[in-house]
Amino acid sequence: MGIVHFTLDGKAVFAEADDDQPLLYLLRDELGLNNPHFGCGLAQCGACTVHLDGAPLRSCVVPASIAEGKSITTIRGLGTPEHPHPVQQAWADEQVPQCGYCVNGWIMTAAALLRENPKASDAELRAGLAGLKCRCGTHLSILRAIKRAQARMA
Amino acid sequence: MSTLSRRAVLQAGGALVISIAVASTLPPAVTDAEAAASALPPLPDPSQLDAWLAVLPDGSVQAFYGKMDMGHGIEVAIAQIVADELDVDLDRVSIVMGDTARTPNQGGASGSTGIATGAKPLRNAAAEARRLLVEAASRELGVPATRLAVSQGVVSVSGEQARAVSYAALIGGRKFNAPVEWNKAVGNFMDVKVTAKPKARSAYRIVGQSLPRRDVEGKVFGTRDFITDLRVPGMLHARMIRPPKAGHVVGSVDVAALTAKYPQVQVVREKDFVAVVAPREWTAVKAARDLKISWMRDTAQPAWPGHDGLHAWIRKAPVIKRDEPLKKGDVDAAFRTAARIVEAEYEWPLQSHACIGPACAVADVRADRATVWTGSQKPHSVRDGMAKLLGLPVDAVHAIWVMGPGSYGRNDAGDAAMDAAWLSKRLGKPVRVQGMRHDGTAWDPKGPACVLRSRAALDAQGNVLAWDFLARGLSRTDVSFNEADPRDTLAGQALGLALSPAPNFGIPSESYGFASKRHAWEAVAPLQTRYSPLRTSHLRDPVGPEVHFGSEQAIDELAHAVGQDPVAFRLKHLADPRDLAVVKAAADRCGWAPRMKSPVRAAGKSAVLTGRGIAFASRAGTVVAVVVEVEVTPATGRVWAKRVTVAHDCGLVVNPRGLVQTIEGNVMHGLSRTLFEEVQFDADTVRSVDWASYPILDIQDAPESVDVVLLDSAQGESTGAGEPTIRVVPAALANAIFDATGVRLRRAPFTPAHVKAALQSRTRKA
Repeated sequence: MGIVHFTLDGKAVFAEADDDQPLLYLLRDELGLNNPHFGCGLAQCGACTVHLDGAPLRSCVVPASIAEGKSITTIRGLGTPEHPHPVQQAWADEQVPQCGYCVNGWIMTAAALLRENPKASDAELRAGLAGLKCRCGTHLSILRAIKRAQARMA
Repeated sequence: MSTLSRRAVLQAGGALVISIAVASTLPPAVTDAEAAASALPPLPDPSQLDAWLAVLPDGSVQAFYGKMDMGHGIEVAIAQIVADELDVDLDRVSIVMGDTARTPNQGGASGSTGIATGAKPLRNAAAEARRLLVEAASRELGVPATRLAVSQGVVSVSGEQARAVSYAALIGGRKFNAPVEWNKAVGNFMDVKVTAKPKARSAYRIVGQSLPRRDVEGKVFGTRDFITDLRVPGMLHARMIRPPKAGHVVGSVDVAALTAKYPQVQVVREKDFVAVVAPREWTAVKAARDLKISWMRDTAQPAWPGHDGLHAWIRKAPVIKRDEPLKKGDVDAAFRTAARIVEAEYEWPLQSHACIGPACAVADVRADRATVWTGSQKPHSVRDGMAKLLGLPVDAVHAIWVMGPGSYGRNDAGDAAMDAAWLSKRLGKPVRVQGMRHDGTAWDPKGPACVLRSRAALDAQGNVLAWDFLARGLSRTDVSFNEADPRDTLAGQALGLALSPAPNFGIPSESYGFASKRHAWEAVAPLQTRYSPLRTSHLRDPVGPEVHFGSEQAIDELAHAVGQDPVAFRLKHLADPRDLAVVKAAADRCGWAPRMKSPVRAAGKSAVLTGRGIAFASRAGTVVAVVVEVEVTPATGRVWAKRVTVAHDCGLVVNPRGLVQTIEGNVMHGLSRTLFEEVQFDADTVRSVDWASYPILDIQDAPESVDVVLLDSAQGESTGAGEPTIRVVPAALANAIFDATGVRLRRAPFTPAHVKAALQSRTRKA
């Protein structure tokens, strides 16, 4: 058990975690965050995605200690209703949600993908998002939203 | 090792950490918990107008909806209906839903009835409220009601805008105390009759517009609490322990070893009900993993046939119940005189709900009352089941729906609620239960597997004399479609309650004008007669995709047998104008070009084969036709549904954009189930436990486009949407693959391995 110090959505925090405690459980249970979500605990769905120093990370399978001295961004830090990230704004414009439980993974992954490759083609978007799960079947709305965000960011 | 307590660390983190923790640990649950501690009000009485809506002191309106928005955006659609009927602005109407203390039991989310039947009592109640308010205004203003008009919640004298009184002034914050005539139905068909006449659809201003949904901001900015996010003060975290193998019961549980390792963990065991409970969630997860149980095999339980042997098993299994809901003409006589018989069998696999997250629930059970927060799409049923499980009166149990990780029928959500309830009762504290991925995928109720047999008798000219169709499968209600009886839940079954399987299946919903028809179903015995991960129940459009996978391929096989184009064949045998209209609309929109024979191409000569297929069906008054255009890659067996065209007639459309997205979701779910989904299991173990072993549609396999044509010919009624679409997707896909390859795939799912094998087998024969 040890204390992990890191930056969470732009603010310095620390919390105590078991040595084997995944980052997801630190964020949710010790720091009270409600996003990201537990979907599988196996890094197979992406619902738990956060950014670690800007890169998408599936927080359900990495120990909390990975965050030591680093910067973690969650969907709440990505943007707010007052200052939305273009991907979040596009999600709203395209009215993407069905249940919404997976939205965290798609938005966090897409935001990182567009930073790396702002002009990603349809095929590159699909390849870059492969493996994320949506059970309600919003895939086409998701692609429309990301393309809208691309246009906005161009 | 730190000597600081966890709480001390958080407090030492300063205002910053505290503010984060406090902000998100004070979800509505806390105030709800406080409310739960006081006496519950009487249950809403559907025969009172006040049970359906209220005008608040500021003139805004609350409507009480006994169903929920599970993600389709139906919340705004209901608000549109109420706002139009009352003549108030849309943003002045809020919808209260899924709370058993505040909403009549309209059956929760069920059978695509959210608008079709679910909006009816609200529309009627809103019309009645408007009538009463105009009457009151007439008295107040001293002007006959016929001279009054309503706009934005203000009743004014026509032509004299200054003579006016608002809804807020007339009744804001007070009750109507007015009766409505409840039809005494509970569930989907609950309705009320009123003196007022709802508006003609030509008078709608808000209904029919694609207005924005109300759940987007919370979901996109991470500010909305899901069921998994609720934290109730003092709550404990639990994980349920299920038998790892079929028909196994608990022998001994090594509690001592576990508590030596985790002093804060409690083990709750009662018969086969086993759970670990801890103050911290991560501790509960580890304890569940580390708990040692010696399991004993119940030798009375037969071995499972395995997924590869399941359909052979279904063919031979004892039939518990048979029904012939459709009999027309003399089918047997037609077969005796037939010049030709076209027959085939089709197989649909066992499928999982596999919701995006495993179920979660929080329960707080006191001596004389209980509160449960659940993601179940039928919170009133959870309330009823909990009352029975706990021995409490129904009105002492308060169930509150909170959006969960998806729900498409009877998933695992209600089981989690019952587990949490029993644990809270035993421990005297609020308990949160959440599953791990394997709990969700392996143990959620399954969509039933079946074998479909189609036989058609043709005369010498190729006319269809008779169609004989049999659907034989595991029951769609091996456990009920809701949680209202503890015998249908894992908690009740683990605690030793006898099972209560109800044999039921279904037949095609079609309207082909063949002279004679017999549509029958047979439900076979369940795979296991105790506590089972392979229990079967309702999964999106219960037995619809299953049955029409057979029946709409059978129609295509008939068209092929008589050398007719599949669209032309359907048009020839359909008569109802609505049926004809959707088939024509789908064909027109996708640019369907008739061809008499599907091209039979030699697989392997072309890298990618293309084709298109159509399927048509109805569901509870809604008619839908789907055309799928596929690309098949013989070398890999990959099938890509590249373009999908849907023509859909559900009558009055309340919110077109919401409807299109609902249809789109059903197309995706249908493609996923047809292409990828099959519960894998062997003689005693479920092998589909996660996304690797139970794959679903990936974004790389999503179509290029789904094009939806909305028709409206139901004369003012809305007949329901969502499930009507999914039922025709599997056969449309199969028919397209036949068009592309000349190979008829009669067993789902069409995984690359299955498709490759089927194409190679055809090549060898050729």
